[in-house]
Amino acid sequence: MTSITAATAAPPRVRKLVGAGRRQWIGLLYVAPAVALVMVFFVIPLGMTAWMSLHNWPLMGEHSFIGLDNYWAILRDTRFWNALKFTGYYTLVVTVAIFTVAFPLAIFIERPRPFTNLYRTLFFMPAVVGFASASLLWSWLLNVDSGLFSPAAYDLGLIDRKFNLLATFQPAFWSIIAMVVWKVAGFTMIILMTGLQSIPQDLQEAAVIDGAGPFARFRAITLPLMRRTLALALILSVAGSILAFDQFYIILRGGPRNQTLTAVYWIFNQSFVSFKLGYGAALSMVLLVILVALSLIQLWLLRKPEGLD
Amino acid sequence: MAQAMSERGKLAARLARHSTGIIASVLFVAPIVWTVLSAFKPAAEARLPPLPPWPTTGFSLENYQTLNSFGDGLWASAQNSIYVSVMTVVLSVIVSVLAGYGFSRFRFPFKDLFFVLILSTIMIPFQSILTPIFLVLTKLGLHNTLTGLVGVYVTLQLPFSIFMMRNAFDAVPREIEEAARMDGAGNATMLVKVMLPLVWPGVVTIALFAFLGAWNEFLAALVLMTDQSKFTLPVMMTALQSGRFGAIDWGAVQAGVTVMMVPCLILFLALQRFYIRGLMAGAVK
Repeated sequence: MTSITAATAAPPRVRKLVGAGRRQWIGLLYVAPAVALVMVFFVIPLGMTAWMSLHNWPLMGEHSFIGLDNYWAILRDTRFWNALKFTGYYTLVVTVAIFTVAFPLAIFIERPRPFTNLYRTLFFMPAVVGFASASLLWSWLLNVDSGLFSPAAYDLGLIDRKFNLLATFQPAFWSIIAMVVWKVAGFTMIILMTGLQSIPQDLQEAAVIDGAGPFARFRAITLPLMRRTLALALILSVAGSILAFDQFYIILRGGPRNQTLTAVYWIFNQSFVSFKLGYGAALSMVLLVILVALSLIQLWLLRKPEGLD
Repeated sequence: MAQAMSERGKLAARLARHSTGIIASVLFVAPIVWTVLSAFKPAAEARLPPLPPWPTTGFSLENYQTLNSFGDGLWASAQNSIYVSVMTVVLSVIVSVLAGYGFSRFRFPFKDLFFVLILSTIMIPFQSILTPIFLVLTKLGLHNTLTGLVGVYVTLQLPFSIFMMRNAFDAVPREIEEAARMDGAGNATMLVKVMLPLVWPGVVTIALFAFLGAWNEFLAALVLMTDQSKFTLPVMMTALQSGRFGAIDWGAVQAGVTVMMVPCLILFLALQRFYIRGLMAGAVK
C-alpha cells in the first residue's frame, strides 16, 4: 500500500523541481513592468532631486554645480521657514479637529444597529470626492457675494453686512479647517472603526461587570488596544496635512498676504513659478527628510505589540 | 411601571441616536447636494446666493453649456480626465496583477529587494520629486502628454495595488494551480483562466482606487500639463475659478464640480464593499 502511494506521489515532485528551476526567471518577467515604472518615475527622479539640489538649474539654459549653496540659501530663506511653520501649525490644528469629529463618529457607527450602514455611507461620501473638487465647492460656498455662508448669515440677521471669510487670516484659516474636516473625517472614522471592532467584546463586558464606567473603560481598554490603529490614523492625517497644497492653492492662493503658503506650495512656487529648479530640489530634499523621518516613526509606532499576535 | 419606564428610556435613546445620525448625515451630504442642485439653475440665478439650493426660476442646463464654452470646453477636459483615469485603471491593473502574481508565486533573484523597493516608494512624497519627473518626461518625449501623466499615476498606484494583489494571490491555495498544471495549463493560461477569477475582488478594489486617484489628482496634472488642450477637469476648473477666462462664473463652477464629483460618488456607492476592503487591507497592514 505504502509503495503505491510513494509511486504515485513521486512523479509530480520531480516535475515540480524541474518546473521551479525554469520558473525562477519567468518571475522576473512578471515583475519587470512594475520595477521599470518605479525606476523611471521614482528612483531616477529621486536621484535627480538630490543631484539637482547641488546645482543652479534654471528651466532654460545651462545649469552649474554650486555645491551646498542652495542649502545655505534655505537657511536664510525666512519665507520657507514661515511656510514650514505654518504647515506645522495647520497639521497640528487640523489633526486635532479631524480626530475630535472622527472618533465620536467611529464609536457611533461601530456596532451594527438599524441604519448604521446608511449613516456610515453618508458620513463617508465627502471622502471619495477629490481634494480639488472639494476645494472648488467650498471656494464657492465661502464666496462673499455668491456663496452660502456669508449671505445666509446676513439673511438670518446674524451679521449687519456681508463678511468676506477669505479676506483675513483667522476666518480664512478656520474655513479651510472646516472644509478639510468635512472631507476627511469620514475616512479617519473608518480607520478608527476597524480598530474599535478588533477589540474583543468580552473584554468590555468583563469590565462592565467589574464596575468600570464608560470613561474608565475607554481609557483602560479602548485606547491601549487601539494603539496601532490610532497611530495609523494619526500618521495618515499628519503626512497628508504636511503635504497639503490643493485647498490652499484653490481656495486661498496662499493668501491673505501669503500667510497660508504651505511647504509644498512654496516648493511649487520656487520650481514652477520662479523656475529655480535647483533651489526647488533642495527644498524638496528638506521636505523629503521630514517625511521619511515621519515614516520611520510610523514603523516604530505600528510595530506589533509584544506578547500579542 | 418599571418596564414602561425602560421602554420609554429605550425609545429616548433611539430617538437621540437617530437625531444625531440624521444631523451629522445632513452636515456631510449637504454641500454635495447643494452644489448638484444649484448647478441646474439658470445662469442669472446661479450668480445669487444659493438660498434655497434648488432652482426657483425653472430648471436649466445653461451652466453646463456656459462651461463648455470656456477655453477648450468642459467636454474636452472631461475627455482628458476620462482618458487618463481609464488608462490608469487598465495599466495599473495589468502591471499590478502581473507583479502580484510574480511576487506571490515565483522565486527569482532580487525578489525581496524589488518588493521592498516598490513598497517603500509610499514613504517618499511624489510632491518632492515632481521637478525631475517633469524633466524625465521631457527626455522621454512625453512632456505635456496625457500618456506621461498616466505613467506617473500608474506608478503612484503601484505600492498599494501590488501589495493588494500579492496578498490576493497568496490567499489562493497552491493545489488549485497544481491541478491546473497537471491539466497542461501554461503560465499565461494559468494566470488568466485559473487565477484571475479567484482574485477578482482584489482587482476591482485596485481598479477603484486607481480610478479615484487619477480622476481626483491635481498637483501633478497642474505642473505637468502646461497646454490648455491637455487640462484634466481639476486643472481646467481651477483655471476657470481663478478668473483665467474672465469674471468668475459661479454657476459654471457648480456645474464643473458636479461633473467632477458624480462619477466618484456613483462608483463608491456601487462598489462600496470593495472600497472598504481596500481601506481595511491598508489599515491592517
